[in-house]
Amino acid sequence: MAQDGLSVGVKAVIGREEIGALIAALSARGWRVLGPRVRDGAIIYDDVAGLDDLPAGWTDTQEAGRYRIERRTDAALFGYAVGPHSWKRFLHPPVERLWQARREGDKVTIIAEKNDEKFAFLGVRACELAAIMVQDRVFMEGPYPDTAYRKRRENTFLIAVNCGEAGGTCFCVSMKTGPKAQAGFDLALTELIEGERHEFLVEVGSEAGGAVLADLPRRPAAPEDIAAAEAVTARTANAMGRTLETEGLKELLQGNPEHPRWDDVAQRCLACANCTMVCPTCFCTTIADVSALDGTAERVRKWDSCFSLDFSYIHGGSVRKETKSRYRQWMTHKLAHWIDQFGTSGCVGCGRCITWCPVGIDITEEAASIRADSGKCQEGGNGRA
Amino acid sequence: MAGKKRLAVWKFASCDGCQLSLLDCEDELLAVAEAVEIAYFPEASSRMAKGPYDLSLVEGSITTEHDALRIRKVRRQSKFLVTIGACATAGGIQSLRNFADVAEFVAAVYASPHYIKTLATSTPISDHVKVDFELRGCPINKTQLLELLSAFLAGRKPVISADSVCTECKQRGNICVMVQGIPCLGPVTHAGCGALCPACRRGCYGCFGPTENPNTAALAAEWQKLGAAPRDIRRAFRTFNAAAPAFRTESEAHGE
Ligand code: SF4
Ligand code: SF4
Ligand code: SF4
Repeated sequence: MAQDGLSVGVKAVIGREEIGALIAALSARGWRVLGPRVRDGAIIYDDVAGLDDLPAGWTDTQEAGRYRIERRTDAALFGYAVGPHSWKRFLHPPVERLWQARREGDKVTIIAEKNDEKFAFLGVRACELAAIMVQDRVFMEGPYPDTAYRKRRENTFLIAVNCGEAGGTCFCVSMKTGPKAQAGFDLALTELIEGERHEFLVEVGSEAGGAVLADLPRRPAAPEDIAAAEAVTARTANAMGRTLETEGLKELLQGNPEHPRWDDVAQRCLACANCTMVCPTCFCTTIADVSALDGTAERVRKWDSCFSLDFSYIHGGSVRKETKSRYRQWMTHKLAHWIDQFGTSGCVGCGRCITWCPVGIDITEEAASIRADSGKCQEGGNGRA
Repeated sequence: MAGKKRLAVWKFASCDGCQLSLLDCEDELLAVAEAVEIAYFPEASSRMAKGPYDLSLVEGSITTEHDALRIRKVRRQSKFLVTIGACATAGGIQSLRNFADVAEFVAAVYASPHYIKTLATSTPISDHVKVDFELRGCPINKTQLLELLSAFLAGRKPVISADSVCTECKQRGNICVMVQGIPCLGPVTHAGCGALCPACRRGCYGCFGPTENPNTAALAAEWQKLGAAPRDIRRAFRTFNAAAPAFRTESEAHGE
């Protein structure tokens, strides 16, 4: 442990300006700081160089298939819910070159990729932390860990922000992932705004976090500060835009592969794949080997989706030709088979698939409909899509 | 030149934009010229060598009797035939004639209509001959064209995704304009442009034609919720790929 560091569990209070100091301290230590910014009418994640880059005084309104940003009446830095981007963009990039090869005569040289970036994520919500942990399980556990992911992950500094605002499509409370970050962060912030007051309660979650906080001007947290922070997340928990009944959900979905609701959703679903791309836990990829005219070749890994025809292509054709089977695969994997496979749900309740579905298909509503009239129409089945 | 694969580039009813994409390869053009023998490419060179050809790139749709015969000759001389662009693949913007009376157009445009001999429809190459691969787009994307040529020379399948434009949007980090209120054809449109229009905050115009199972009806219903009139929807589906069956059918479901 760094000699001058603060221990795990320590709570302190910093002023609004110190968020700028925090960004500077992380940059000085060699981290590429990524955080929220306003771009194209949305709050997205990108490089942040200082306090001025943050979306001060902005919030969002979200509904199924609808998103807008709006002005707040205060100058909150983190007064919005999760947006179109997730941290997956950085830890598990949409397009990743795995290696290149060059041929000269008979000789083939493999050129490895550099992977030495250190990310600091500012403003990671509780559901997003949970999503990162879900992907950690997928990529780092088991006999074949993904070394590139692991390297990025090990080099990542996580600054959580406990939510002060529930989005219109959020349901982290149902998924037991938020709105308060419980573990897995280096530092966790709660924004405290009341009249003239604009401060942050900071909690140390790791030694690295303690060392960074030690460099910032701060005061010890008083019991009132801690109570104020608890009140923020309690208020958010009571304002969830959505709920999802998880009791018996796995069995419900696995036991209803022929429910008429799958036909109904297939009428509405565009099979466009937006839901899987915005989902912070969806991890599927495809591999492309590409040769160029100049004797070089490369292997590229790209996000793929169970909504595409090619995804289920095996010898003789695609297994999931219809949208019905693709949607069913997605939802049952996410909410049911994931539990068999990885021991947790694949959904953290962030609401992105609901907001960013161009036609507003809502996973909570689909699940509720299947629950509402399950059993009426069952011919059994083992639930495999 | 011995041993090099022989390339031919053909033009039918089209604007030349897709052929230009090949000339537009600039940096890579020399590599292309070194890798293949450009045997027949009148747009680029007056040297027009006789067939057979290993690969024919065909631009344009069939709009005359004469071209309907000519494409058969091209097919006979070509080992592989690849269509390039929306005209060759789906009939192009000129297939708007398929919804109207071509004689009226001719009378309105030409001073001496009797000089014009044309078919009543504009049809894709695949309606006339067997096509080995179709490159989508109005115009095609030059990166995809280079990938097609590289794959052809390496004897492998081209890595060209059949996903929706939305997947390219998300790869690129675009913010979905549709969710922000702008009608977009991306969810039913074949990828390939790199989600160019949404990156410029415009809805997709459908240049690359329909995806493999386009749910155009559900998308059109959402466009209506966003305030699009039936006429807007009809016109959106009737642009560069108006005769592609999925787009044609959807356009016919909405009145003027
Ligand atoms: S399934 Fe939807 S709500 Fe659940 S984690 Fe993925 S995007 Fe978020
Ligand atoms: S559920 Fe929505 S986002 Fe997902 S594939 Fe269907 S239409 Fe696209
Ligand atoms: S902007 Fe259009 S193409 Fe992009 S994700 Fe949205 S609907 Fe799809």
